[in-house]
Amino acid sequence: MNQTLSLLVENKSGVLARIAGLFSARGYNIESLSVAKTDDPTLSHITMVVDLEPRIVEHLLKLLDKMIDVISVANLSGGKMVERELVLLKVRVDPAQRMEILKEAELFRARVIDVGSDSYIFEATGDTEKIEAFIDLFRKYTIEEVARTGAVAMSRGLTSPHRVTATGRSK
Amino acid sequence: MSMKGARIFVECLLRENVEVIFGIPGGVVLSIYDELYDAPIKHVLMRHEQAAAHAADGYARASGKVGVCLATSGPGATNLVTGIVTAHMDSVPLVVFTGNVPTHLIGNDAFQEADIVGITRPCTKHNYLVRRTEDLPRVIKEAFYIASTGRPGPVLVDMPKDLLLSEAEFSYPETVSLRGYRPVVEADRRQIEAAARALMEAKRPVVYAGGGVITSGASAELLEVAELAEIPVTTTLMGIGGFPTVHRLSLGMLGMHGTWYANTAISHADLLFAIGVRFDDRVTGKLEEFAAEAKKIHVEIDPSEINKNVPVDLPILGDAKAVLQQLKPYLIEMRAKMPPEWHDERRAWITQIERWKREHPLCYDDDEEVIKPQRLIEEISRATRGDAIISVDVGQHQMWAAQFYRFKRPRTWLSSSGLGTMGFGFPAAIGAQMARPDQLVVAIVGDGGFQMTMQELATVAEHRLPVKVVIVNNAYLGMVRQWQQIFFNGRYSAVDLSLSPDFARLAEAFGIVGYRVTRPAALADTIEEAFSIPGPVVLDVHVAPEENVYPMVPPGASIKEMIEGQYKSPKTFQLT
Ligand SMILES: Cc1ncc(C[n+]2csc(CCOP(=O)(O)OP(=O)(O)O)c2C)c(N)n1
Ligand SMILES: [Mg+2]
Repeated sequence: MNQTLSLLVENKSGVLARIAGLFSARGYNIESLSVAKTDDPTLSHITMVVDLEPRIVEHLLKLLDKMIDVISVANLSGGKMVERELVLLKVRVDPAQRMEILKEAELFRARVIDVGSDSYIFEATGDTEKIEAFIDLFRKYTIEEVARTGAVAMSRGLTSPHRVTATGRSK
Repeated sequence: MSMKGARIFVECLLRENVEVIFGIPGGVVLSIYDELYDAPIKHVLMRHEQAAAHAADGYARASGKVGVCLATSGPGATNLVTGIVTAHMDSVPLVVFTGNVPTHLIGNDAFQEADIVGITRPCTKHNYLVRRTEDLPRVIKEAFYIASTGRPGPVLVDMPKDLLLSEAEFSYPETVSLRGYRPVVEADRRQIEAAARALMEAKRPVVYAGGGVITSGASAELLEVAELAEIPVTTTLMGIGGFPTVHRLSLGMLGMHGTWYANTAISHADLLFAIGVRFDDRVTGKLEEFAAEAKKIHVEIDPSEINKNVPVDLPILGDAKAVLQQLKPYLIEMRAKMPPEWHDERRAWITQIERWKREHPLCYDDDEEVIKPQRLIEEISRATRGDAIISVDVGQHQMWAAQFYRFKRPRTWLSSSGLGTMGFGFPAAIGAQMARPDQLVVAIVGDGGFQMTMQELATVAEHRLPVKVVIVNNAYLGMVRQWQQIFFNGRYSAVDLSLSPDFARLAEAFGIVGYRVTRPAALADTIEEAFSIPGPVVLDVHVAPEENVYPMVPPGASIKEMIEGQYKSPKTFQLT
């Protein structure tokens, strides 16, 4: 079962390698991973989706939490959260199909962000399910390229698992 | 004040009260060695970097302080890796320094370049590639702090050459600020009280104590708590020395080569008080059957160890010593209120255990013609009155030393327990001797493992370190031979060491006194004589080649299923 993990980490070199190494050393795959700095440029937020047994995830979270450069960890699955992903999809278009393709994209509120002589690039956002449905929709045409950000997620309301003070996290 | 990086490095070590570092120089650390030339820090030149890491490790285990080693880039750094993993597996505080090629060449396959930070990422508690000279003081301060706090471990600091040559302002930070690291945990009072009640109310409690007891300096508290609550204590291989071998509540070691009575007590226990342990597979055997009848309390400083292998009923996150200290007042209060039946029940449990000790003692068939390895350990124990620091290698001799030496105090047993690194025992003894110059340090090693780091004879000769090396020479990779005998129909494949050198003469080639002992009659006197020599000594003791270590829990079996030795006229290990 997919589980969405949220990590607040130091924004510096080696941190991602350390985190990824924890998974690779055990032969576990990371389904998706998204990393970027936060409002505080010294901190990065990581959203990670893994498909592992809850017992294993619980242990891995403790190991992640132990890392010096990891400030705070949480398993968002099970709680109330919002999850979004962005996809860029490049599709080949024949002149005859242009209108039809645009209409279909409309259904997903996808935006055209590049128009080529025989291609479109769409941008769509949504939860993972919606993104997959969006991609599926275009399978009947010729998909040239798909690039997904992977999920980014947050817990709902003011109950953030990552409240950071100058000296560390406070729970 | 502005100074060169290499000078800053030395200043930082002085601020951390580093007395000794173990290392080998090379191109990128020449500037450091130039500073060490007249710095008030002792540098011990080892003959292999693996041994430098093990020596720093032995220093740390014997003293409780942080061990420090230093190597050059590339091969110097990679040679350290076995020693780093060894320390990591046993939670030993090390700060490991490596030089690296100049910053602008990193990633260039430069001469003697190795990505040591990448290589050691999974086997250090933390590691650093220092990017600027001015970062050195902060990084070194953090490295010592991280290595020595919480659950200790090795920290590696990789320093590119240019950083050591360029100048920066030096000031050593007073404090460390790491927002992602909070090693101090305060145990929950209610859990402590619940644990105290469980300890007193249990009918058949057993304490299962490990390396955490040694690390936190909790052995005095452990003894107090065990006596207060009248609970027998078994230790892991890492926990040896944490509870005296000879004590009415002592069960000795548990696990694969643990005592019959320790494993049996665990299997009958209704309460397991696990402290500073990690339920290692060599201890538990088949997990589902380990202490299956017992409610489990787990005192542990590292949250990731709790519920890792075995689900526990009452986890207590905290430092072993602090938790035991907090337990004590509850136990005193509760004990005073216990009815007479409580004392009867406890007496019944301890009497049962005493019966098991009598019926299934550690034992062996002694021999007048050939030296039995167990007898050798007993003689060493007698000669040193249990006061020596015993540094062992890995194999049968390690298990016999664990079983037959009478330990009295913590930090007198040094053993690569988690990784099981052959070649550890001798260089670790060198580190221990540097930490404890006035104490007798005995390296008990196998004829196989000794050959992995015996080049360090040159180091002890150079420094006249009075380490006593006892080679338990069975002319085999004995532990492997034992498994081949039991599990592979006696097909001895690649275990014959009968063409090893004459170790006594080899020692002499290094300028070290060497003895060769083959007769049981000469054993006690030779040990006595050798141990009274003020300098280093090598004692090559030829023992019965096909002796096996028993009891033995076959791999994957329940610890109830021990293979016991078959002896004609067993000499038993006296626990009084
Ligand atoms: C570096 C390393 N290589 C291989 C092993 C596997 N191993 C475990 S015990 C052992 C035999 C050790 O022989 P020796 O040092 O003579 O000790 P003995 O068992 O005979 O007492 C071997 C090869 C190991 N533990 N470490
Ligand atoms: Mg041997």
